[in-house]
Amino acid sequence: MSARVTELDRVVIRFAGDSGDGMQLVGDRFTQEAAVFGNDLSTLPNFPAEIRAPQGTIPGVSSFQLHFADHDILTPGDRPDVLVAMNPAALRANIGDLRPGATVVVDTHDFTARNLAKAGYEASPLDDDSLADFAVHALDLTGMTVEAVKSFGLSRKDAARAKNMFALGLLSWLYGREVDGTVAYLGGKFAKKPAIRDANVTALRAGWNFGETTETFAVSYRVKPAAVAPGRYRNITGNTALSYGLLAAGRLSGLPVFLGAYPITPASDILHELSRHKNFGVTAFQAEDEIAAIGAALGASYAGHLGVTTTSGPGVALKAETIGLAVMLEVPLVIVDVQRGGPSTGLPTKTEQADLLQAMYGRNGEAPLPVVAPRSPADCFDAAVEAARIAVTHRTPVMLLSDGYLANGSEPWRLPDVAALPRIEPGFATPPDGGGSFLPYARDPETLARPWAPPGVAGLEHRIGGIEKKDGTGDISYDPDNHDHMVRTRQAKVDAVARSIPALDVDDPDGRARVLVIGWGSTYGPIGAAVRRLRRRGLDIAQAHLRHLNPFPAELGDVLAAYERVVCPEMNLGQLATLLRDRYLVDVRRLTTVRGMPFGAEQLEQELLTHIDEISQEAS
Amino acid sequence: MTVTDLPVPTVGDEHGGTALVPSADAPQTGKEFTSDQEVRWCPGCGDYAVLKAVQSFLPTLGLRRENIVFVSGIGCSSRFPYYLDTYGMHSIHGRAPAIATGIATAREDLSVWVVTGDGDALSIGGNHLIHALRRNVNMTILLFNNRIYGLTKGQYSPTSETGKVTKSTPAGSVDHPFNPVSLALGAEGTFVARTVDSDRGHLTSVLSAAVAHRGTSLVEIYQNCPIFNDGAYDALKGRDSAADAIIPLVHGEPVRFGAPAEDGRGGLGVFRRPTGEVHVDRVTPGNAGRVVVHDAHAEDPTVAFALSRLTATGEMTRAPIGVFRQVRRPTYDDLARAQVAADRERRGDGDLQALVDGADTWEVR
Repeated sequence: MSARVTELDRVVIRFAGDSGDGMQLVGDRFTQEAAVFGNDLSTLPNFPAEIRAPQGTIPGVSSFQLHFADHDILTPGDRPDVLVAMNPAALRANIGDLRPGATVVVDTHDFTARNLAKAGYEASPLDDDSLADFAVHALDLTGMTVEAVKSFGLSRKDAARAKNMFALGLLSWLYGREVDGTVAYLGGKFAKKPAIRDANVTALRAGWNFGETTETFAVSYRVKPAAVAPGRYRNITGNTALSYGLLAAGRLSGLPVFLGAYPITPASDILHELSRHKNFGVTAFQAEDEIAAIGAALGASYAGHLGVTTTSGPGVALKAETIGLAVMLEVPLVIVDVQRGGPSTGLPTKTEQADLLQAMYGRNGEAPLPVVAPRSPADCFDAAVEAARIAVTHRTPVMLLSDGYLANGSEPWRLPDVAALPRIEPGFATPPDGGGSFLPYARDPETLARPWAPPGVAGLEHRIGGIEKKDGTGDISYDPDNHDHMVRTRQAKVDAVARSIPALDVDDPDGRARVLVIGWGSTYGPIGAAVRRLRRRGLDIAQAHLRHLNPFPAELGDVLAAYERVVCPEMNLGQLATLLRDRYLVDVRRLTTVRGMPFGAEQLEQELLTHIDEISQEAS
Repeated sequence: MTVTDLPVPTVGDEHGGTALVPSADAPQTGKEFTSDQEVRWCPGCGDYAVLKAVQSFLPTLGLRRENIVFVSGIGCSSRFPYYLDTYGMHSIHGRAPAIATGIATAREDLSVWVVTGDGDALSIGGNHLIHALRRNVNMTILLFNNRIYGLTKGQYSPTSETGKVTKSTPAGSVDHPFNPVSLALGAEGTFVARTVDSDRGHLTSVLSAAVAHRGTSLVEIYQNCPIFNDGAYDALKGRDSAADAIIPLVHGEPVRFGAPAEDGRGGLGVFRRPTGEVHVDRVTPGNAGRVVVHDAHAEDPTVAFALSRLTATGEMTRAPIGVFRQVRRPTYDDLARAQVAADRERRGDGDLQALVDGADTWEVR
């Protein structure tokens, strides 16, 4: 018999299980089906740093949250409407995040005394009234999976592993989703292991049929496709988009991409992705350490390639001296920092924005460099192209600050027409007319950039290095006036980048707002969602979001001065706020979180509401 | 995990280190390779001799000057690139092999040189040195070993003898030194040699072999620091002492040195023990046939390593000089370029639009 169908405008689902249970895969597949169906969506994977933390424990829980809707959304959602918990630990770790009335699907198979104890339960929460606020469906998913696939002759362990597909099938039914795409996916993934493939497909269909044929669920739900801008879309994670952006920058500049990288979470996927595209002329060099990774990238840039190094915060710390050399040599270099929780090893798989001041100042001497940040997973593509554009045309290292949330989160991406993207002109140096001597530190009057003269051109032989050099000739110089001039010139060169960046877009629909909320990087989604909530309450609030952290857009000072209050939400202790206060003498209010997780829109809404209230009270 | 056959590089190692570097149109002179910068080493520094030798040697290669790149780290010897009218980068402490790896991998048409010292290469940059050697990146590394930190004014280095009294070790250094040749052989180096700053002829012959080698060539140059470690190599240079102190290694020749024996060759020879190590003994008509014949091309580095152990560890009273090892192995940079070429051959030049579009797209109207 079929359940009653109810229409919803949005749903937040969280899949949670042991880190070996395949929850990330289930999340990815459900996401893909939702994307192809046409929902707008946003995802948040959340997994432990350990590859296989002790089974059945809270630290071993891995989860994947998906928010999909019939309208345009900005975040993976604050509070799940549905939790799929594959064991007691997954239930315990996630139940506190649910909204009251939420649906909980629990695999009861592992609710043994031993596993309950591992999760810290004294008694089974399924047997008391501790879950009374939720609609709980306690089902033996594992048992049903093993039963469904028994004809394939798998070991019990292998058979039980297909339980994630059973769960996916069940949820797919609950939300009226087809599973054909996943069937095709499994066919490709297990092409060489037909028994495993067939067992997974069978488990998937068994889960779907279970929902359809039993009366466990009285209601099933539908979420219509979202009305978004016309065009072709795909779903994409930040790390993939960033990788494609680097490949695009190589094409747009005509430069071969040279990536030097050392494996580090959460940046390694960029190394993996670029390693797969050698037919784009990419060299992906896995170095012996972070320092060699940037060293080789710098060497490649010196030799005329687009040098790129990808890392996370601890790696940036190790690369600092070489970044300083790149500042001194004034050659293009893109440094990608996929930020994670710090300091030190910190929270390798969790997100944070606490490397902004490291990016700005984390070197000896006056060593300025441009800093660029993407605002969403798909935006990582454009931000990478922009970082490369600045690096190549201004002859400077550029820091691109992504973060763990952007890296692993995903969203639909309206596909760009790559032929329409603007060219990046390397403008290599040519020998001086009339055979005069080449001046490696002569400067372009507009950008203050110096000539880029890779080896191989007669007449341009020159020596450069980390020692202070004479303006123009580049010869070693210890002259006080020259050093003063060069330090100021390097700063002026970075400042000059502001002339080539777009004007800051301020979202203040009626021009009446008195409070401006300003952010950078991945807080764009939660801030945007909070701003929409406030506007639905009829309140005025303005939003601006910075792509360029150094230099700032030229008009930023005027924008800040135009509002009675400026609030800056950040996943650190207020690093952008510090920069803004220093630069513009504006009393920017800090609004911070460092929990390894993005802001919740509801939390931000409440905090911003307080600021709006304070300002209205001051006026009255 | 799987292992796959690698694509064959277009240039084999039998073609030599400069096979893909364009040749000069006309004969060159040492003067052309001399930059306009004033040389600023201390009077009597061994670096002058090496600089002169290199400036005289480079024209004999017949390569385009603009296709030669010298990269250095930090230290006295690392000023070297400023004095050569080629492309050059004076980088940061210890990192020259990493930077040179990027240059050599990016550009097959360049002759890439690294100039470094015992502190730069073996202390702060030790990691990059060993990985360059194992990867076998096509470059020539000149390691100036003066067994002291000169630029920072006289602290002991990783090649200083144990017990060395310096400003930072007034009671004598307690750490055991590296033997750079042993280290390079242990790091899978394919070309490992040692020479002396004051022997122009030998230095030039070793440079010649090093540049001809396709892969990482490590040349340790014993170099005198007249200010902070003067006389470190006097035993190897003295008119009376050199014959007994220098063990010359010549491929295909028995390893003999010292005052001549009856057969006119050196009266001292190197012999292998049944346990594998080598030792020096007096050569007699009875044992002359058992003197080790140097084979630099032996695939197995065991004997080369054993020979490197004849180097004195304390005061430098004896050392083998010459090419310890020279074997063929595909270079990292050739293989990396071959993978790029093979992928382009197999899949065609990358289609950016197709990549960006991916397989799972949907249309919104």
